[in-house]
Amino acid sequence: MDIHEYQAKELLSGYGVPIQRGAVAYSAEQASFVASELGGWHWAVKAQIHSGARGKAGGIKLCRTYHEVQEAANGMLGSRLVTAQTGPEGKIVQRVYVEVAEKFEREIYFGIVLDRKAERVRIIASAQGGMEIEELAKTSPEAILQVIVEPAVGLQPFQAREIAFGLGLNIKQVSRAVAAILGAYRAFRALDASMVEINPLVVTADDRVIALDAKMSFDDNALFRHPNVSEMRDLLQEDPREAEASQDNLSYIGLDGDIGCIINGAGLAMATMDTIKYAGGEPANFLDVGGGASPERVAKAFKLVLSDGKVKAILVNIFAGINRCDWVAQGVVRAVREIGIKVPLVVRLAGTNESEGRKIIKDSGLPIISADTLADAAQKSVAAARSSAGVPGVRP
Amino acid sequence: MSILIDENTPVILQGFTGDKATFHVREMIAYGTNVVGGVTPGKGGQKHLDRPVFNTVKQAVDATGATTSLAFVPPAFAADSLMEAADAGLKLVCTITDGIPAQDMMRVKRYLMRYPKDRRTMVVGPNCAGIISAGRAMLGIMPGHIYRRGNVGIVSRSGTLGYEAAAQMNALGLGQTTSVGIGGDPINGSSFLDHLMLFEQDPETEAVVMIGEIGGPQEAEASKWVMENMTKPVIGYVAGLTAPKGRRMGHAGAIISTTGDSAAEKAETMRSYGLTVAPSACELGSTVAEVLRRKAAHRTTA
Repeated sequence: MDIHEYQAKELLSGYGVPIQRGAVAYSAEQASFVASELGGWHWAVKAQIHSGARGKAGGIKLCRTYHEVQEAANGMLGSRLVTAQTGPEGKIVQRVYVEVAEKFEREIYFGIVLDRKAERVRIIASAQGGMEIEELAKTSPEAILQVIVEPAVGLQPFQAREIAFGLGLNIKQVSRAVAAILGAYRAFRALDASMVEINPLVVTADDRVIALDAKMSFDDNALFRHPNVSEMRDLLQEDPREAEASQDNLSYIGLDGDIGCIINGAGLAMATMDTIKYAGGEPANFLDVGGGASPERVAKAFKLVLSDGKVKAILVNIFAGINRCDWVAQGVVRAVREIGIKVPLVVRLAGTNESEGRKIIKDSGLPIISADTLADAAQKSVAAARSSAGVPGVRP
Repeated sequence: MSILIDENTPVILQGFTGDKATFHVREMIAYGTNVVGGVTPGKGGQKHLDRPVFNTVKQAVDATGATTSLAFVPPAFAADSLMEAADAGLKLVCTITDGIPAQDMMRVKRYLMRYPKDRRTMVVGPNCAGIISAGRAMLGIMPGHIYRRGNVGIVSRSGTLGYEAAAQMNALGLGQTTSVGIGGDPINGSSFLDHLMLFEQDPETEAVVMIGEIGGPQEAEASKWVMENMTKPVIGYVAGLTAPKGRRMGHAGAIISTTGDSAAEKAETMRSYGLTVAPSACELGSTVAEVLRRKAAHRTTA
């Protein structure tokens, strides 16, 4: 789960990471009021969306008057911001963060991430902050400082010092940077984050070190023990269908094709999508119904897949282990009867209680196309999508 | 032979008396698994499925001589149960549980390092279907009837795709020694490499199928080892050619990912290390058959 910049700053600040004074605003008037409350001479108005690279997309504006703050907020609120990280659909701006702007001397990149290879937490920093950091990692990897944290003892002050000196900071700045680095790590560890990124971490002329931007992502599996973090979820920043799916513990990702997929297991789901493509079709979505797919969840999966108007055929591919084919079959039959599916439906059931499941489908008398193998299922669904693209679909 | 488990392996269940565990333990016993008892804190002294229940793993090990456990424990308590199994000296603990926090698994892996290598517990999973030695013993939730005794090993990140491979092989009359699900989580208890090493040593295994997924460095690391050390052919497959490119926040992930994470890049890495890559998920069985034919032909001509 991702959160907004202002939320990340609020959390990090609680662990001792210095931030600028700022506040969130939901309207242009509120933004200018916030600026007047904060005081100062210059303010940054920052669109709050779950994405980086906002500056280049016009999501960060430097303002000199309350009026400019209001104008900037007015321009951002309600708009869709498309950045290099959002994808072409962009993300809607519903909150802006107004922050006291200050001159700074240097920009540093700082990140903490769970490294799958090391199976440990990795700290990354670079004296060259800003947006070209990925390019820098490729062309001059020696410019990226990296430290791996031993999980039994956590990040040690000497490691933070090595980073701070490695960044070329002076002694006054080093002690402040060390406090910020250790604080960011404590937040990562205590809140079960999967990523903390401070880009840039800036150094001011009077040797202060400040997190000018902040991003945090969290391990969804650990949210149960962090209700304060869970509350920060902003569903409007997520794809509406994906968000709806996650409410039912289904994992859904929309794609551009026309064959709707309902599958158990992420691996089989991806393999089935690949097989559809291999057979000449295009999958409309990724959907993992997971283990223990009750009839209710199967019915919900159908509703989700059908909410995509592009879908011309549906393929249900279940290889049941912890699932049971008879339950899935009941769910399919119920969904077809209740929702009234108007596109062809191909069902392949294998594994636990396979024959019972197939019998339920057969005895239902519904126009469901049965498939025996993965190849068979892919071919039949591609053929079905082609035929239904031209003719009105089968009605149950 | 087989790897990890066989019909003699004494197995206990952690989270023995739960509904789902009970359903699957019945299946495991029916399959021939030597289930000697189980652990549910607070229910020690009772009997469940005609087997003794204990409060702690240590008590269960002392009383039954169990060497192996299957942990059917909810995500919030799963890491604790894995460490308890390791501390009780079990050789192997497999966990099905989906949804264990990544930092918990990180700590579990660190905890395992407390023990010298020769008595370090092997953790299989989490978020996997388990382990089955075909016709011998089952430690997990897979449908047992799709496996048959044979000489091909399977190691897969995905449970259901592992079933798919077994079913396709079964349809062609090919069987398995052992099928291991290592799980789809970012941090696994054991890796492709750990199990390929065991398959290499198992005299009955003639070839191994390795089924990967997008993300993570494991497939590349294992493929490199195959080229340098493995005498048996390995058939590879990576699901996710059509997977949507994930949206992302920030740069940190991109900075640390040095090896190719996509399905196409991983398949190419496998090929470059000499693995035979199945062209699609519906050709897993036929690719295995083809590799075994080539191996047999090579043997007769040699």
